[in-house]
Amino acid sequence: MSDLEQFRTEIRSWLEENCPPEMREPVRGEDDMCWGGRNFEFKNEAQKLWLERCAAKGYTVPDWPKEYGGAGLSAAQAKIFRREMAKLGCRSPLSSFGIWMLGPALLKFGTEEQKIHYLGQIARGEIRWCQGYSEPGSGSDLVSLQTFGEEAYDEECGDHWIVNGQKVWTSYADKADWIFCLVRTDKQDKYRGISFLLFDMESPGVSTKPILLISGNSPFCETFFDDVQVPKDQIVGEVGRGWDVAKYLLGHEREMISGGGLGDGSRSLGAVMTGAIGLNGLGMLDDQLLRAELAQFDVDTLAFRAVSEQFMDEMKAGKGHPAQPNMMKYAGTELNKKRHELIMAAGGSDALEWESEASHGGKKPRDWLRTKANSIEGGTSEVMLNVISKRILELPGG
Amino acid sequence: MPLFLDDDQSMLLDSAREFIKSEGPVSHFREFRDKNCKDGFSHALWKQFAEMGFTGILVSEEDGGLGLGHVEAGIVLEQVGRNLTPSPFLTTAIAGVAALNHAGAELKGQYLPGILSGDTVLGLAIDEKSKHRPDQIAMAAERSGNGFKLTGKKQFVIHGASADMLIVAARTSGSEGNADGLTVFAVPKHAANMDVAPVRLVDSAVAAHVTFNGVDVNADSVIGEVDQGGAVLDVLLTAGRIGSAAEMVGVGGGAMDITVNYLKERKQFGQYIGEFQALQHRASHLYSEMEIARAAVLKAQQLLDEGSGNAPLYVHVAKAKAGRTANLAVREGVQMHGGVGMTDEYDIGLYMKRDRALNEFFGDANYHANKVAELHGY
Repeated sequence: MSDLEQFRTEIRSWLEENCPPEMREPVRGEDDMCWGGRNFEFKNEAQKLWLERCAAKGYTVPDWPKEYGGAGLSAAQAKIFRREMAKLGCRSPLSSFGIWMLGPALLKFGTEEQKIHYLGQIARGEIRWCQGYSEPGSGSDLVSLQTFGEEAYDEECGDHWIVNGQKVWTSYADKADWIFCLVRTDKQDKYRGISFLLFDMESPGVSTKPILLISGNSPFCETFFDDVQVPKDQIVGEVGRGWDVAKYLLGHEREMISGGGLGDGSRSLGAVMTGAIGLNGLGMLDDQLLRAELAQFDVDTLAFRAVSEQFMDEMKAGKGHPAQPNMMKYAGTELNKKRHELIMAAGGSDALEWESEASHGGKKPRDWLRTKANSIEGGTSEVMLNVISKRILELPGG
Repeated sequence: MPLFLDDDQSMLLDSAREFIKSEGPVSHFREFRDKNCKDGFSHALWKQFAEMGFTGILVSEEDGGLGLGHVEAGIVLEQVGRNLTPSPFLTTAIAGVAALNHAGAELKGQYLPGILSGDTVLGLAIDEKSKHRPDQIAMAAERSGNGFKLTGKKQFVIHGASADMLIVAARTSGSEGNADGLTVFAVPKHAANMDVAPVRLVDSAVAAHVTFNGVDVNADSVIGEVDQGGAVLDVLLTAGRIGSAAEMVGVGGGAMDITVNYLKERKQFGQYIGEFQALQHRASHLYSEMEIARAAVLKAQQLLDEGSGNAPLYVHVAKAKAGRTANLAVREGVQMHGGVGMTDEYDIGLYMKRDRALNEFFGDANYHANKVAELHGY
């Protein structure tokens, strides 16, 4: 047996022994996931146990180095780990912007001290992070951001910044413990005047206000900073070079959002819809035009799954175009929107129910509306197409 | 196995890219088209394909080939597509060889050496109507003496008039629509009572309508088992489908590249047309679709080479996705070229014609999307 086969066997038996049955049921939505953090309330004992067991082995972040809370798996091992998790239907033990976004940026730009301190907390699910990027006047044109950090000194705090301004679309800011935040520290230099700061959301002067969305939910907040003191060492990268960190992190964010295009993994949407629509005498979905759309969609989903696998494999191997996450984000989010349009079309009037018990509190229409943000958040589809055109196709202008 | 080419495969790509670009570029296609020769491809180039080892990719080492797989076949096919190289490579060395690998020693000995040396060309006589419907084969093969008598019509037999042998799917029992009862035959050229009528297609390939007016073949010409030809036909079609998908990735990729280059050269309103966001976004969308199609094709090839149970599903996905995407590439290509896209002088229109033919070959995107639905039980 090869080393990798040996590894597969070991992982499989570890997962079988340690993943509680409740954690092998499909996730119903963002509320059903484990986000960790100081104030997180576990849905049940199984969720807590699953996080603890994985964290102890480094399996919340299997491919991070062991000294930072990971399991130190190679690319090939990590792929096997993900496959075995998927085969057994194991839920991810921990969902976190720390893992998906800040972690990779710290691994690349953080000091050794920062890595040990922050990455460990992330891996164990102790601190829940939020992202302070967009501002009311800075959406697609992110680099125009105005939140300002002024250098200051006092006896108690030592060297620090005083941060003033406002962020918007801060996901789960009201539930997060810390924020990674883009702050202008030089008003003269547009690109080189931005710094990447980390601070506690319990710091005096930080306040949040949830935004009610068309889905009826409020996953995003407005976040206000009023003379917030941030110690000088809570910066990632050099002063004024936060845009480099921000761009790198955006790549990971786009990659994460593109994952929505995969849907719930192994199931064909057309097969799922047979429940709602029924089959005709020939064993075909009893709505010929919808069937054709679903067949086309299943082709697109399976093809997208292949490109996702390729993207991950190439990234781990250091291959692939550095701007490729933009393509993945574009394709994945457009596919996910299409998925939910089809779910609504197949659901008919049942899928319109907003509050009933049968509809699980209007899950279908709320999810459908939520997906409309996919091609806006983390860079709009139009911005993604701009980046592909400029950096990959190298078209002139702009 | 990671979903990208390994070192050996990358080396094959380098040599295939260089060889085909140099020996079979679009100018070569134009030369053979304009000659209006009866075969529509160069026998000398076919010999060179053999010298490169390409014709032996799917032939086992035992039989004198390289014993490689569909990933390697696809590497060559993508370059064939990108250069619009007229070649019997897909029909003979890929789909034909896939079927012959299931033949007995005698048939193999009769045809494989000629394929390995670049002398032999095969034709595939599968389709009977204008759309690909291999599950509705009606052509009859009745027992007669020591062999069979073939009666019926085939069409879309690429290189049919030039082929040394036709692989023919016919019904030995059961009725139209039955999975069992098919038998696959190797019918040599110049067989008596066989009428071969060549016709030039939109992409300048020469296909044949073949009429079998009671063609006698002996029992030794059966590839695989009598009545069990469905399995051989499956292998042939699978190889042809994933092969044509790979070739379409080449056609789409080639069309996209020349179009993107044109956007960087052509000026209107005092600026490069590639500066207009309306065109940039369409080109970027096309890039995205091409990346997805290429990955889907490679995934299917890897699954086939691994012998995975998921391979049949992914082959349908690959042909459907590559078909739609190559078609998008050529349509966008002609439109973004503007007026010159309509001229014979510019290559983009040639890509559009080739795509049209490859989309139909071995089943179009609708055929394969329908199969994906059937495999998922809806």
